[in-house]
Amino acid sequence: MTLVRAHGVRKSYGSTEVLRGVDLTVDEGQVVCLLGPSGAGKSTFLRCVNHLETIDAGRIWVAGHPVGFVLKGGKLHELPEREVATQRRDIGMVFQRFNLFPHRTALENVTEGPIQVLGRPRKEAEREALELLTRVGLGDRGGAYPRELSGGQQQRVAIARALAMKPKVMLFDEPTSALDPELVGEVLDVMVALARDGMTMIVVTHEVGFAREVADHVAFMVDGAIVESGTAREVLDNPQHQRTRQFLAKVL
Amino acid sequence: MASEDLQVVPIRHWGRWVVGALILGLLAALGFALADAQILYEDVPGFFTHEIMINGLVNTVVLAVCAQAGAIVLGVLLALLRRSPNPVARWFAWGYIWLFRGLPVLLQILLWFNLALVFKFISIPVPFTDAFLLHEPTNVLITAFVAALLGLGLNESAYMAEIVRAGLNSVDPGQIEAAKAIGMTPGKTFRRVVLPQAMRVIIPPTGNNFINMLKGTSMASVIGFLELIHAANRISSGNLEIMETLIAAALWYLIVVSVANVGQYYLERAYGKGVR
Repeated sequence: MTLVRAHGVRKSYGSTEVLRGVDLTVDEGQVVCLLGPSGAGKSTFLRCVNHLETIDAGRIWVAGHPVGFVLKGGKLHELPEREVATQRRDIGMVFQRFNLFPHRTALENVTEGPIQVLGRPRKEAEREALELLTRVGLGDRGGAYPRELSGGQQQRVAIARALAMKPKVMLFDEPTSALDPELVGEVLDVMVALARDGMTMIVVTHEVGFAREVADHVAFMVDGAIVESGTAREVLDNPQHQRTRQFLAKVL
Repeated sequence: MASEDLQVVPIRHWGRWVVGALILGLLAALGFALADAQILYEDVPGFFTHEIMINGLVNTVVLAVCAQAGAIVLGVLLALLRRSPNPVARWFAWGYIWLFRGLPVLLQILLWFNLALVFKFISIPVPFTDAFLLHEPTNVLITAFVAALLGLGLNESAYMAEIVRAGLNSVDPGQIEAAKAIGMTPGKTFRRVVLPQAMRVIIPPTGNNFINMLKGTSMASVIGFLELIHAANRISSGNLEIMETLIAAALWYLIVVSVANVGQYYLERAYGKGVR
């Protein structure tokens, strides 16, 4: 079943066109990695998927809904933020710079969504949050504030925070780019485990090794468009496009 | 070769001794002068706990707290208007701040107090009917307390708007994105994520302003509001012990300000969670 379908997505900042017609389909349980040089529009596209950015043209459907819009009388009407918020419950997101809430402990970061957004009872939310923290290897750090945690630990809490909403799809926006090299592994391990558990994931990354290991599908983006896509083996081992070859030659 | 247990002689800071001695000397001179002054110190405790003085104290605190509370609420609203994508809202907030910050508080208090000279009645009509939600003589509505509350509160709200705006601007936009990403509505995002973090920046200058507000209530004495200064004047008008009553009022100001300092300390600690 198709979970995310993007068709002809366009986006400009002023006169600069950052997305020039992006098409992407993600099936349930699939892991899709978006690779490409900086400024290719990978992050912008990912942020369009949960309507943190508004698209100028095209459409993005997640779990059967056009994100940020409602289809009425053959037109897409933009939704007010309150209703976009409801749609976003199904879409988890992990940021490059973690963005944990600094005034709340790791456990409170994870329970914030379930309690405040889903209205779950505190006890229940805390029990599940603890399970999630244990799953990312931080079961004993629930009482720590973000500043007391390393970058890798913070990113793992951020993953737990997103998972607590029981999303249908997880978006990862360069989740390891802000980490010290020796901390990258612990975050990737959590993501690999998540992929193995069948989570649907769209991952913007420079970690070609991760893409090779878990991606069902790899898309290579340049200048606001996907120039090449296919299985990890096709794109990474036998790139057809000139730019893909150049990029892989540099990062490998 | 040097021996290993050479004695170390710390440098002598003679200047510090001289400055210390000078300050102590001056303080002693001031003490002698005050002891010799023609002040009836034994009367001060009586004025300090005088019924009128206590009334003045209560009125001072009530006025300051009400004006500051109103100013905080208005300030948050104005800060939101100034950050609004709506140009009319931004323009209005800018003009409001320009006006109420630009005029002296004393002038504003006097303007409000004398409102009855230009408007005999204050009315809120119900649209399309002859009925009124409110229709009262201005003299009845604008008491000295109300005039002082408006003068102090509206002026302070202009300052609070800028303080709150600075606080809101200090919050990392990534925090708002993270809140959105877990499905928070804009209202929840503001209350649960943005405001608690902005508070760290908002509280210290607000505490500062509240202390100014406590002292600023003294301007309401001009329109006959019974706050501490007016209380002191009223007591001394009978016995002419002007300095003694003012000293009693001064002691109350210092006490109230000290209590406010303690309150600010605890507020800062509460909102500093996870940061310090």
